[in-house]
Amino acid sequence: MGIVHGDLMTLNIGPQHPSTHGVLRLKVKTDGEIISEVEPYIGYLHRCFEKHCENVTYDQVIPYTDRCDYIASMNNNFGYAVAVEELMKIKVPERVEYIRVIVAELNRIASHLLALGTFGLDVGAFTPFLYMFRDRERILDIFEVLCGARLLYNYIWVGGVSHDFPKEFVKIVYSFLDYFEPKIKEYNEILTYNKIFIERTADVGVMPPEVAISYGVSGPNLRGSGVQWDIRKNETYSIYEKFDFDIPVGSGIMGTVGDCWDRYYVRMQEMPQSAKIIRQALKAIPEGNVHQALPKKIRPPKGFIYKRTESPRGDLAYYIVSDGSPIPFRLKMRSPAFTALSVLGEISQGWMMSDVIAILGSLDIVLGEIDR
Amino acid sequence: MTVDNLINWFPFGAEWPVITFVSAVLICAIPVFLFIAVYALVAIYGELKISSFMQDKVGPMGQGVGLHAGKWGLLQPVADALKLILKEDIIPESADKKLFILAPFVVFVGAFITFAALPFSQEIIVADMNIGVFYILAVSSLGVIGIILAGWSSNNKWSLYGAMRSAAQIVSYEIPAGLSIITIVMLTGTLSMQGIIISQQGIIWGFLPNWIIFNNPFSFIAFFIFFISGVAECNRTPFDIPEAESELVAGAYTEYSGMRYAFFFLSEYANMFVVSGVAVAAFLGGWNSPIPGFMDSPPWGLFWFIGKSMSLIFLMIWFRWTFPRLRVDQLMSVCWKVFLPVSFVNIFGVGIWNLLVG
Repeated sequence: MGIVHGDLMTLNIGPQHPSTHGVLRLKVKTDGEIISEVEPYIGYLHRCFEKHCENVTYDQVIPYTDRCDYIASMNNNFGYAVAVEELMKIKVPERVEYIRVIVAELNRIASHLLALGTFGLDVGAFTPFLYMFRDRERILDIFEVLCGARLLYNYIWVGGVSHDFPKEFVKIVYSFLDYFEPKIKEYNEILTYNKIFIERTADVGVMPPEVAISYGVSGPNLRGSGVQWDIRKNETYSIYEKFDFDIPVGSGIMGTVGDCWDRYYVRMQEMPQSAKIIRQALKAIPEGNVHQALPKKIRPPKGFIYKRTESPRGDLAYYIVSDGSPIPFRLKMRSPAFTALSVLGEISQGWMMSDVIAILGSLDIVLGEIDR
Repeated sequence: MTVDNLINWFPFGAEWPVITFVSAVLICAIPVFLFIAVYALVAIYGELKISSFMQDKVGPMGQGVGLHAGKWGLLQPVADALKLILKEDIIPESADKKLFILAPFVVFVGAFITFAALPFSQEIIVADMNIGVFYILAVSSLGVIGIILAGWSSNNKWSLYGAMRSAAQIVSYEIPAGLSIITIVMLTGTLSMQGIIISQQGIIWGFLPNWIIFNNPFSFIAFFIFFISGVAECNRTPFDIPEAESELVAGAYTEYSGMRYAFFFLSEYANMFVVSGVAVAAFLGGWNSPIPGFMDSPPWGLFWFIGKSMSLIFLMIWFRWTFPRLRVDQLMSVCWKVFLPVSFVNIFGVGIWNLLVG
């Protein structure tokens, strides 16, 4: 595209900008509309999550994990709980596992809805954004019924969940699924197969599988590049091996494998799969206790654990070192959005201003998790 | 109501020609300004409500006690206008002050003077010039100068981006729009707006009104090219790249606030009416009734003209809330690689049609 080269202009996108999905600053060097260099500057939302965790008990870490990836708090709780339980070598009751999978998958749908809606907004489509928020709202309502909170749940605890499903809850989830599954068609009609949307996203910001793997990109972004990698299947945890679901991967239907449209479409296809898991779990959920009998102060034995789980954004891992005291000695969170953001500079070179915004939207980053 | 009639009607026309001329123009300008203001309120309300219904929400609604948006939110545009008037007017320290203040007026004047040649009905037209179409094409692109002024004087990189994009876009889309209008001139043989509308009276093909859009297949295509180019000239979605809020914050208008911003906003809506009005006059029979002979008297002309224009404005609103935004290079390639060649073919086609059929 760019044949004539002028002087480069430095442009700061953010920290206050409508499309940075949080407080992110992109230092961009542009030649007119064409981008020659993108450098993300992060840290505006740094809250010392990991240092905080070294000063509170294992239970008290959970509300902090909520606030990392605030779009998918259930999945953050889930990952942490699974990691600590594996460190302590305990098994939670069967019912707890089912409840966790149901709420985590519901939250995955909510997170993908937000990702797709804001991606639509980034390329200028306002109405799909509101359609998706309308449906996300229903999931938040379900969570409100479940635990009283709409965004930061503190629901999945070490050794259990904070409380059992309320009465009628299963029915509410079923009615949501019945409502939600046909809506996918509506989204596809208004956004996915819109000619302008395809023009804007297909072939744009192509992330080849080698690049994705070398940067450690995971989750829907990696699958968009055509790599079949999902922790739920490849390194299964909790009870995911019991469920039958597919891992959609990008196949370059509209352009090249790994373009923005593929990353978008992988998320779109993952939502019905999550709904499928929820249906299976709701059918098979056993009765039982939702609290593992644990001492008041959790003291995992000396040692360390690195446990990966699949959050909506990808490979979310916790590295926990225990020295036998009720307080974690060291806690490190591996953020999938961080690796996704790090690849931005590589894949957006040579594209235009508008494309950088689209590529950033398609990577679906959450700054709360990147900065922690 | 034309300026000429007014000048002739003034008893002292011969003694003080300048005063007569100025007062005649003012007498015409004030109703036009009031019309734009009222129409903008209606259009903003329409935009709010139509977008709400498309997005599965209710939009502005009055409820509860105390100050609220009135029945069905009817007072919402009034509240918006009041807010913009009362808001603090900020001029950035490093802005080029004179140009910064001048820009919104240039943009608004560009939209406003176009109304002079819009034929609202058989009698209501400010000035029925014999080069009306040419005049409209010429002055409607004045606004782009204002946008460039705004972008440059704001001393803001986003504004500059928006202004440069806008300049490229409006100048490019003038060409297919102008070439589509040429087909009208070829068919009707006149440049006067009233003349074009008068030539569209009667019935064609046995049952259709004799509008130019139905005249031949080429003019049918010309209408779409003209209308889409018009949408692009108004900077409306899917062509709103000059003020693409997710990329350029607010493009050329980033640094503007309060009443100055309101002028840009007003001009956008006024431009929408101009584009729709010209499309209606040139292709859709202007103030002619869709059923020839039915409600076709002069008082109904105003109704038909505004009604038809409003339907096209509804179409623009519909576009805006349905489509994503094009990228700047895609926008240009649509113009230069699709619309321009098709327009040339159209002119050729209309010529042959005129020769063989007409």
